[in-house]
Amino acid sequence: MINHDIVIIGGGPAGMAAAVSAYDAGCKDVVILDREPRLGGILMQCIHNGFGLHKLGRELTGPEYAAVYAEKVAERNIKVYTETMVTDLSPEKIVTARNRQGILKIRAKAVILAMGCRERSRGALNICGSRPAGVYSAGTAQKLVNCMGYQVGKRVVILGSGDIGLIMARRMSFEGAKVEAVCEVMPYSGGLTRNIVQCLEDFGIPLYLSTTVVEIHGRKRLEGVTIAQVDEHRKPIEETKRYIPCDTLLLSVGLIPENELTRAAGIPIDPVTNGALVDEHCQTRIPGIFACGNVLQVHDLVDYVSEEAERAGLGAVQYVKDAAADEEVIRTLPGNGVRYVLPQTIHKGDEDISLFLRVTQPFKNVKFTVTDGETVLLTAKRLKAAPGEMEKLTLKADKLKDVKGPITVSLEVL
Amino acid sequence: MKRDMICIICPRGCAMTAEVCGDKVSVTGHSCPRGEEYAVNECLHPVRTVTATVRVANRKDTMVSVKTASPVAKGDMMQVMAALRAITVSAPVSMGDVLLQNVCGADVIATENVY
Ligand SMILES: Cc1cc2nc3c(=O)[nH]c(=O)nc-3n(C[C@H](O)[C@H](O)[C@H](O)COP(=O)(O)OP(=O)(O)OC[C@H]3O[C@@H](n4cnc5c(N)ncnc54)[C@H](O)[C@@H]3O)c2cc1C
Ligand code: SF4
Repeated sequence: MINHDIVIIGGGPAGMAAAVSAYDAGCKDVVILDREPRLGGILMQCIHNGFGLHKLGRELTGPEYAAVYAEKVAERNIKVYTETMVTDLSPEKIVTARNRQGILKIRAKAVILAMGCRERSRGALNICGSRPAGVYSAGTAQKLVNCMGYQVGKRVVILGSGDIGLIMARRMSFEGAKVEAVCEVMPYSGGLTRNIVQCLEDFGIPLYLSTTVVEIHGRKRLEGVTIAQVDEHRKPIEETKRYIPCDTLLLSVGLIPENELTRAAGIPIDPVTNGALVDEHCQTRIPGIFACGNVLQVHDLVDYVSEEAERAGLGAVQYVKDAAADEEVIRTLPGNGVRYVLPQTIHKGDEDISLFLRVTQPFKNVKFTVTDGETVLLTAKRLKAAPGEMEKLTLKADKLKDVKGPITVSLEVL
Repeated sequence: MKRDMICIICPRGCAMTAEVCGDKVSVTGHSCPRGEEYAVNECLHPVRTVTATVRVANRKDTMVSVKTASPVAKGDMMQVMAALRAITVSAPVSMGDVLLQNVCGADVIATENVY
């Protein structure tokens, strides 16, 4: 058994930013564990640009954004265990990992969870039909094409119009494949407008909304898919069924936070975010264990991942130094039009607190209201709000002083 | 010729219509001058940064990620891709190394290190 002050599980953008902020806040005994051979996480396969505009003020590719933080980690001589898979976390903060040297047991004063997400797989969707080769999750295809240089297919249909699906539509087109269609079961795309323009329109790829894949055809290799429009209950409409020949189907149908270790430690999970319940320092219900990045909530912008991780890093240092004051706990709740609010609890202290939330469906011209049932703490207007774009509302410390009960965030259409 | 487009400059995403007459573009639907500027450029000379990967000859199953150091004309994207498919590089490669000079007016540089 070895001892470290702060152990960070996962060396993606979240783990790296948490490590750097903890180190800079005065805790020098920080280590990062990652199962991959190098730092960077999912960013290493996101070779497209568009990262870092908010946080760094420059437009970088995924690997370039990761390099900015990997350099900061290296400059500080923060110890990184690569090719080290964490297999268990106990509520007493004992981290078990294995690597080529064998089994590693670390007793930590504080742990930061930064394990990221994995993709929802086809099984989770239950499309009927055979089980031929040629059906990939979009992120797996991204890794095969971008990092390993394989051509995964020539005629492609993509299910799901989130950013990963859109980015892969462009990528496959660049590699000489013909992307026949992108199907989206919802009546709106979950992707950024910029990606719809630059990944679909630039290549003349049609986007079919309220449409899904209902059947997969082919024995050894995929030969085609049947698509159909869906009604308002997302049930396929028989008369709209249509066959599209293709050899590849990419699934971009959502991400699931990798919370196996979180569950192993007995940390309560929010059924809506699929991540741990946390306070404003990203501390879970087990004191001293923190969570940040995609393992806490699925982010669309890596810039927000880094910011969240910095808060977690500071929180962990406060905990290690035993500086966390005993402050009153207040719950936060989603109201009308809001799917979730994170953190789920906050403390009345002397700092401003940012609330992150997602709305239930696309809206135009809305007003967000944050109240404690008696007083309005904050209102904010937005011309547009969409489930694909995380909202951030910052409550001022002086407003929080006199808060009476749980805080609700709701929206109304103006 | 009339063309519908969505402005991608800010999250508001105004739906605009642009009409091109020779080298003049008249734009409607934008809410600010930045949108108009985007529409004019998109109609007259749209540009894109191309990102891709290039095979590393002396490392198994390894690609190095690259980008054009400056945007190229939208119509030249496939030509850039063809040029990238035709080359291999050898490791080590450092971020920022120029891997191909002046393809369609831009240098192609590495965006990661391969040791
Ligand atoms: C395909 C894709 C495209 C994206 N495109 C964009 C974009 O264009 N712009 C943008 O701003 N954002 C984009 N994002 C979002 C952004 O990249 C992610 O939000 C960000 O990478 C999340 O960082 P993270 O550190 O939480 O997770 P990750 O980057 O997933 O890192 C998690 C790390 O934890 C490690 N790990 C997990 N479990 C264990 C374990 N048990 N033991 C040891 N190590 C473990 C993993 O190996 C990994 O390195 C994209 C995301 C994806 C998936
Ligand atoms: S026209 Fe102006 S306001 Fe409208 S989306 Fe473009 S930049 Fe934003």
